[in-house]
Amino acid sequence: MDIKLNRRQMLSLAAGGAALAATGGAQRAAAQVATKARIVIIGAGAGGTSLANRLVERLDGAQITVIDPRAEHLYQPGLSLVAAGLKPENYVVSKTTDWLPKSVTLIAEAASAIDPEAKTVDTAGGQSIAYDFLVVAPGLILDHDAIDGFSLDMVGKNGIGALYAGPQYAAATWQAAQAYTETGGVGLFTRPATEMKCAGAPLKHTFLIEDIARTANTRGKLDVHYMSNNDSLFGVPIVSEKVRMLFGDRGITPAYSHVLSGIDAGAKTATFVTPDGAVTREYDYIHVIPPQRAPEVIRQSGLSWADKWTDQGWVECDNATLHHLRYDTIWALGDVAGVPKGKTAASVKWQVPVVEDGLIAAIEGRASTETYNGYTSCPMITRVGRAMLVEFDYNNNLVPSFPGIIAPLEELWISWLMKEVALKATYNAMLRGRA
Amino acid sequence: MKDMTFGTILAVFEEIFGIGLFWTLVAAAALVTATYIYVLIRDHSISWRKFLLAQLSMPIGAVLAVWFILVVTSSKLSDLGGPVDIIVFFGIATAGAIGTAILVYTIQSLVRPRQ
Repeated sequence: MDIKLNRRQMLSLAAGGAALAATGGAQRAAAQVATKARIVIIGAGAGGTSLANRLVERLDGAQITVIDPRAEHLYQPGLSLVAAGLKPENYVVSKTTDWLPKSVTLIAEAASAIDPEAKTVDTAGGQSIAYDFLVVAPGLILDHDAIDGFSLDMVGKNGIGALYAGPQYAAATWQAAQAYTETGGVGLFTRPATEMKCAGAPLKHTFLIEDIARTANTRGKLDVHYMSNNDSLFGVPIVSEKVRMLFGDRGITPAYSHVLSGIDAGAKTATFVTPDGAVTREYDYIHVIPPQRAPEVIRQSGLSWADKWTDQGWVECDNATLHHLRYDTIWALGDVAGVPKGKTAASVKWQVPVVEDGLIAAIEGRASTETYNGYTSCPMITRVGRAMLVEFDYNNNLVPSFPGIIAPLEELWISWLMKEVALKATYNAMLRGRA
Repeated sequence: MKDMTFGTILAVFEEIFGIGLFWTLVAAAALVTATYIYVLIRDHSISWRKFLLAQLSMPIGAVLAVWFILVVTSSKLSDLGGPVDIIVFFGIATAGAIGTAILVYTIQSLVRPRQ
């Protein structure tokens, strides 16, 4: 049986298709600001690269210099996946130069000194670069030496993992963790007492290794312990409670206020600082995350807080504008910023437009309007295939991007899909200044 | 999500597939759709015989679409955890079914124009 359509019906059908095809993308075309300003960005990580790309679009004639010795750019949110055998090592690695605009000058050396009075940055290679505006975004330092008896060459052997240390160590961590899921025993999953990158990652690693053992039908051999640095499991109370419940469900035992201070790899014991003194625990697998601090150059340059985080040295800046509180030509961006939350790529995504606006406002001689509310996002993986899309701000409020659709404290497949499919793509788009 | 504009979504999709593959896929989808409209206009009718086979292919397209998503994201059906997951699941299946139906109908019309 056939249905005859007349010419008008056919044409309207065709017009519908054409309308769909014609939905073109109108690019944001903000007017460029003409300036001769010398802008120096220390760091070509997520923050520095994204900002450089956005400034190139917004400014006409600015002299932008990026200082970073690292040839490799790391997609750090992927390290948890590498350390669980879900992605290969090269999933997180690209080249620094892949992402930087051609019109910026990259100096592939470490910054060795900053003089905020003379407004110069010295490099390890002996160059001295004068600036009108400076953005410090060098990331942070993993202080592995602070763990007695530990060194990075131990990672991957004898039940020792350390996924934060980089792609090769994340892959080595999976070797040790995978062996643990087969042979079983006591697993100790630690986190430092300092501020840290992505405070969800220690939990993700715990959840993932537990789940992989469950899938492999070896869960009964594992005795999994999460060693928290204080009396909660996560900095946001409502999330901490949810994690406590999930730990109960998965049979993961929390130990509160246990901060790793040393390991004896031969004896397979770890020492923890607790309110009751030092405690030594045996392990078959231990995941080490060391204390984290601002790079030495920041701490030596007088940019750090004098009365906060004195052992860590984060840059003294305004919570909302990220503008340095003592030097009005300096901004902090990313991990190094001395703000209560926000050492994640998601935070960087929110911080970059704020620093961009602050800088351009300073060039134009007006007040900046953009502010940062402490937004951080953590796709908290609770097992392979499910995650909770936890988003929160300075005040520990949940700030879901999709309220009423994606529940923040529910383990969902869609949150996992977003982590798997869209997160790295969004990160890359952010690096290019397009998201 | 900050600045969830059309340009942002486009940028994210370009990064997911790579610029070349993404626009090739868009072009392929547009081509199939345009050809579908072309055969409808050319034939001035919908052939229910061809449509029957297209409909029969829909479950296959639905299953293939869901299977593809599960494989590329290392997940399984038991990971569906909440109402939104069920909606996304059926959305993927529906998209796969409709896409396959249009493709099958169009191919038949091109191969056997008149019956």
